[in-house]
Amino acid sequence: MARRVAIVGTGQTYHKSHRLDVNGRELINEAVTRALADCELSIADIDAIIIGNMDHFESINYVDTWSVEGSGGYMKPIMKITTGGTTGASVAIAAYYHVASGLFDRVLAIGWEKNSESDTTAAIVTCSDPIWDRFSYSGAIPSLATEASAYMEQYGATQEDAARVTVRERTHALNNPYAQMYNRPVTIKDVMESAMLAYPIKLLDVCPRTDGACAVVFAAEGVAEKIAVKPAWVKSCSVRHTTTWFGDVDYNTGMISLKRASKEAFANAGIKNPVEEIDVAELYLPYSYAGLKWIEAIGFCGPGQGPKFIRDGNTDMGGKLPINPSGGVISTNCIGATALLRVAEASIQVMGKGEARQVPDVKTAMATGFGGCWWSDVVILGKDKPN
Amino acid sequence: MDKIAIVGVSQTRYERRKKGEIFYDMIYEVTTKAMEDAGYTLEDIDNVITVSNDFLDGRTISCMAVQEAAGASDKNVSTIEGDGAFGAFYGAMRVLGGFGTTLVVAHSKGSEGDPKVITNAMFDPIYHRLLGLDAISSSALQASVYMERYGVTEQQCALVSVKNHKNAKNNPYAQLPMDITVDDVMRSKKIADPIKLLDCSPISDGAAAIIIANEDRARKARTKPVWIKGIAHCSDAYFLGDRDLADPISLKDASKRAYAMAGIKDPVSELDVVELYDAFSYMEPLWLEGMGICDAGQGGQLIEKGITVMDGKLPVNPSGGVLSAHPVLVAGLVRIIEAALQIRGEAGDHQIEGVKTALAHGINGPCGQSHCVWILGRE
Repeated sequence: MARRVAIVGTGQTYHKSHRLDVNGRELINEAVTRALADCELSIADIDAIIIGNMDHFESINYVDTWSVEGSGGYMKPIMKITTGGTTGASVAIAAYYHVASGLFDRVLAIGWEKNSESDTTAAIVTCSDPIWDRFSYSGAIPSLATEASAYMEQYGATQEDAARVTVRERTHALNNPYAQMYNRPVTIKDVMESAMLAYPIKLLDVCPRTDGACAVVFAAEGVAEKIAVKPAWVKSCSVRHTTTWFGDVDYNTGMISLKRASKEAFANAGIKNPVEEIDVAELYLPYSYAGLKWIEAIGFCGPGQGPKFIRDGNTDMGGKLPINPSGGVISTNCIGATALLRVAEASIQVMGKGEARQVPDVKTAMATGFGGCWWSDVVILGKDKPN
Repeated sequence: MDKIAIVGVSQTRYERRKKGEIFYDMIYEVTTKAMEDAGYTLEDIDNVITVSNDFLDGRTISCMAVQEAAGASDKNVSTIEGDGAFGAFYGAMRVLGGFGTTLVVAHSKGSEGDPKVITNAMFDPIYHRLLGLDAISSSALQASVYMERYGVTEQQCALVSVKNHKNAKNNPYAQLPMDITVDDVMRSKKIADPIKLLDCSPISDGAAAIIIANEDRARKARTKPVWIKGIAHCSDAYFLGDRDLADPISLKDASKRAYAMAGIKDPVSELDVVELYDAFSYMEPLWLEGMGICDAGQGGQLIEKGITVMDGKLPVNPSGGVLSAHPVLVAGLVRIIEAALQIRGEAGDHQIEGVKTALAHGINGPCGQSHCVWILGRE
C-alpha cells in the first residue's frame, strides 16, 4: 500500500544571474542547509536524496556522485534525475515515490543550476534529434515564438495581452525577496519597448538565466506531522512527456501534455472544478504567452479566453486564483531548480509560510513543470490528507 | 515491503557498433520484447522509467530520444541518469508507491562517443580533470591500492577475465565470448598499470528492459514472477583522496541493508548466484569483499580457489559479466535481468542449477562510488 506523503520543509538560495561567490556544490549546500533549517532536521535525519539538473549546462557527468559533499549524500542513497525543464518537478515526484514506497521516511529533493557556467542555447539545441530536428530547431525562444504566433493568429491575442502576464509576474516578485527580479517592476510599455528576440517575443516576455538551487524535504504520514505544524500533503502527481520529435508538435491544438497531465492530476486529487477548488497555482511559465495559452490547457478558462481572464485580474494577488505569487519563472529561472521551486512555493502557500507573498487560506495548491519536447509535470498539494 | 516482482525481461545483442539502429530502434526492440516476455500489451504498462545519460548520448535531455519508443507518450514517465540498477530501483519504488506495473528501459551506444572524454567529465573540473583522470586511469589507482594493501595479484585478477569470457561463450547476447588464458591476459597490452587490455570491459552498444509488477498484476503475467526481496543503494565520498579505494564502504552498507530486507544472514550459503558490475577484472574480487562473500583482502584467493566458476560454490557472472559486454547504464539492468533469468531457470546454456536466491549489482560514479544491490528470489 502506498503511504501518504507530505512536504515538511523547503529551502532556496538567493538568486542571481552570476553567483560568483559559490561553486556548484556550495550552491547546492546553501539550499540544503536552508531546507533542513526550515523543518528543524539535520542531515542525519535524511534517509535518501534525489538530485536533478541539466548536465550540459555545467558540464558535470554523474552529478549525483559529484555533489555528495554539497548535498549531504555521503553514505546515503542518492540518485539523479534529468528530464529537461521539468527536471525539478520530476525530482519532487521521485521524492514522493521514495517515501510513498515505504522504503524511506524522510527524503531530500534537490534541483540546481549554475546557468552562468553555460551557453544555454548551445546546450539546449542538442536536445533535438541530430538528424531530423536539429537543422530546424534553434533553441527555446524561437520554438516558443512559433507557438505564440500561432496563438495570436488563432484567437486574436495581442502582444499587449502577453505583456500583461509579465507585468503580473514582476509585480508579484515585489513580494518575494528570493526572486532574481525582486524589486524590479515593469509596465506594459516597458515590455513592448524591450528588444525583439524572435517575433513576437521580446526580452521582457521571457525568463532570465539564473544561478540557484532549491531543496525540499518530503516525509511519510506519521513522521510528517511531527516535523511540520502544517505539512503540505501531496494529493496527486501526473506527468506527460507526450512528444519525442519537435516536428510532431501541433501548435494549434494547445498544450496536449499539460491538458492530459492536469486532467489526470485533478481526477486523482478529487478536483472537479479546478478554477473554484484550487486556491493558488505556481506554474512553470517560461514566457509571457504561456500565461495566456497554457492556463486554457489546464482548464482555468476556455480556449482563447486566456487574455480576458488575465486582464480581469483573476490571477493577480487578491484575485480569484492567484498565479505565481513568487514572481514565477519570468522572475527567476535556475533551470534544474525551476520546477522544484514551483513545488516548493506551492507548499509554502499551503504551509502558510509565504509572508508578503502569502495567499490567504490556501487549502489546495497546484504546481507545474515544463520542458523537453513540450512536456508537462503536474503536482497538487493540499492542507488536508489525501483520501 | 509489499510483494513486487520482475515479470518481464529483454535485452538486445551487445555489439561494438550497432550501425543500423538508433536509440529509438533499440528501445522499441527491448520494450516490445519485454512486453512479449511478460505476456503484456502496452495497456498493461502503468508507467515508464527510462535510463539515459546526456554525456553518453551527446544530447541534452537525452531521454527525449526514447519516450515514444518506450510506449510512454500517454503515460506517467520519468528518467534516471545513472546505471540501470538505479533506474530499476526507482521503477520498483513506483510500484510500491501505487502503480501496478513499471517498465524500465535503458540504452547506450559506446560507439558514438569518446569514453575518455565522457568519463573524464565525472571528475572535478578544476582540480582533477586536467590530470587526465578517466574511468580507466582512476580504476588503475583503485586496483593498485587494492593489490598493494592485500597482496592480491595480477594473475588472480586475470583469472576473472578468463572465467567471465569463457562464461560468455554460453550467452548469445554477450559481445566477447573468448577462450583465453591467464598468460594471454598478462601479455595483453598495458593500458594503465596494473590494468591490461584483457582486464578491461569492451565498448558496447545495446539496450535492455524489465517490467516490475505488484503481486496482483504479477499473477496476470505469463512468466513465473521473480520476487524482489531486498534493494538498497548508497554513495561513498566523491574525491578519490577522501576515500579508501580498497574498502568499498558504500557497497558494504547497501549489501547489509539489502540482505536485512531479504532476511539473508549468511550470504555465502544463502546466495546461489551473483551477477556483479565487473567493469575491470579487479572489481570482481573487490566487490565480492564488499558484499561480504569473503573477508577483506580474500577476494583474490576466493577466485583462485574456483569458488566463483560455473560449477563452483557461488558462481559469479555466469553471463560473462560486464567484461564480456559493457553498454554503460544498461549493464546494471542486465545484471538484474541475468539474475532473474537464473531464478526463472531460463538462462539457457549458462543456467546454474537450482537457483533460489540471486544477487544483482550496479555502480555509479568513479571507482564504484555509489552501489546498488538487488536480492531476487523464487519464493
